[in-house]
Amino acid sequence: MSYEKRFSGRKFDEMREIEAKVGIIKRADGSALFRIGDTIAIAAVYGPRELHPRFLQNPETGILRCNYDMISFSVPERKRPGPSRRQVEISLVTEKALLPVVDLKQFQNSVIDVFIQIIQANSGTRCAGITAASLALAHAGIPMRDMVSSVSVGKVGNKILIDLDKDEEDHEDATDIPMAITNRGKQITLLQLDGNITKKDFIEALKLGMGGCEKIAKVQEKALKDYYRSKNE
Amino acid sequence: MNNDYIVSLIQQNRRIDERKLDEHREIKIEYNISKNAEGSARCKIGETEVLVGVKMDIGEPYPDNPDQGTIIVTAELSPIASPLFELGPPGTQATELARIVDRGIRESKAIDFKKLFIKEDKVWIIFIDIYPVNDDGNLIDASVLAALAALKIAKFPKIKDDKVVYGEFSNEKLKLTKLPINFTFGKIANKIILDPNSKEEDALDARLSISVNEGNIYAMQKGGDTGLILEEIEKMIDIAIKKEKEIRGLLK
Repeated sequence: MSYEKRFSGRKFDEMREIEAKVGIIKRADGSALFRIGDTIAIAAVYGPRELHPRFLQNPETGILRCNYDMISFSVPERKRPGPSRRQVEISLVTEKALLPVVDLKQFQNSVIDVFIQIIQANSGTRCAGITAASLALAHAGIPMRDMVSSVSVGKVGNKILIDLDKDEEDHEDATDIPMAITNRGKQITLLQLDGNITKKDFIEALKLGMGGCEKIAKVQEKALKDYYRSKNE
Repeated sequence: MNNDYIVSLIQQNRRIDERKLDEHREIKIEYNISKNAEGSARCKIGETEVLVGVKMDIGEPYPDNPDQGTIIVTAELSPIASPLFELGPPGTQATELARIVDRGIRESKAIDFKKLFIKEDKVWIIFIDIYPVNDDGNLIDASVLAALAALKIAKFPKIKDDKVVYGEFSNEKLKLTKLPINFTFGKIANKIILDPNSKEEDALDARLSISVNEGNIYAMQKGGDTGLILEEIEKMIDIAIKKEKEIRGLLK
């Protein structure tokens, strides 16, 4: 089935407008907002702090704990507050997406908590959450080997494209591939796929995503620089 | 920061953020912060920040009020907002917060529940969901203001075959008959302070929240571990009634 023009009018390799901001939650040790089009994610980092219950503590290393939550009114049909199976899974893959860049060795017996909330949802929420969380970790001063940026790519009809919105995700012939990559190391740390795609198209989509993540990485960098510049003024 | 310092300041009629005892922090209200909600708003009181969204659904009325819709208020104290909050089902603080917001709206009849009647066995259920994002004290007043702001701009969704068409809104607004403003006071060192911040909350002996509208009181909630005397309560009511118009003016 052919998909000639995107519902939104964007080019197939064009992401929605993006915005990043650091230091939005004063009470937290680190925080950030990331918006991509109509999807808005906020993230807060608390820690390193003592891990309870104690039996979860690891004397060798600190632990990273991520929680992804969609607020009830972020979607057209009210989402019941509390963790859904979907949220539990996204929390897990978010943790795995960030873990490779965070240096936890020196935080024995401690935990670094990352809380992500989706304020407004129009697809790509896990990716927006990961991008925001990476910024919040950097803002919290957690030692990091690299940063992580994330975007979804995929195929709608016969077209490979980046940053699917809700209309595209709901398309009957859509393949959705959320991915995250380390900004300098180019290690892929999140990769999920649902749909139907050939190897060739998959590789093409992934490369498109890598290009998109480079743009997101620049916006992340600018948000951090802007924050510290305004602090020094 | 220890409580003794807060107490010694208040004994000298001073506050940690240099406010007067009966002065609230700067209040900012922002509308329509989340497009998929029927109405939404952000309220900041100083560094305290609360998001509230209104969602509507069609449900069955309570058997004792077959001609009325209702509101359901929920608050989630997510650990995003404070190192003291934990994941899990709503605890006592979240439940109390939701019930205070509920009571102010319900008891003042700010929403006419009879206007939420659609047809036999079909009424509107108005969900008011409260999400603090940063807790620097006095979540109650911020939640009430954000709830009123979100309700004020809320539009009913479209209906087709007795079901809500999600994502599509009608032009019909939810009408508020009143805007009952909540004022939360603290008692520290036998002095009354308005709008305690989080450091002051840690040092509070007693707390009282009062919901007022044009000189009438519609709801109250006493908190804290010590008592209040009549004169103190009177003083709080006087401040609330004196200031309600100014605060209401912030809701455009």
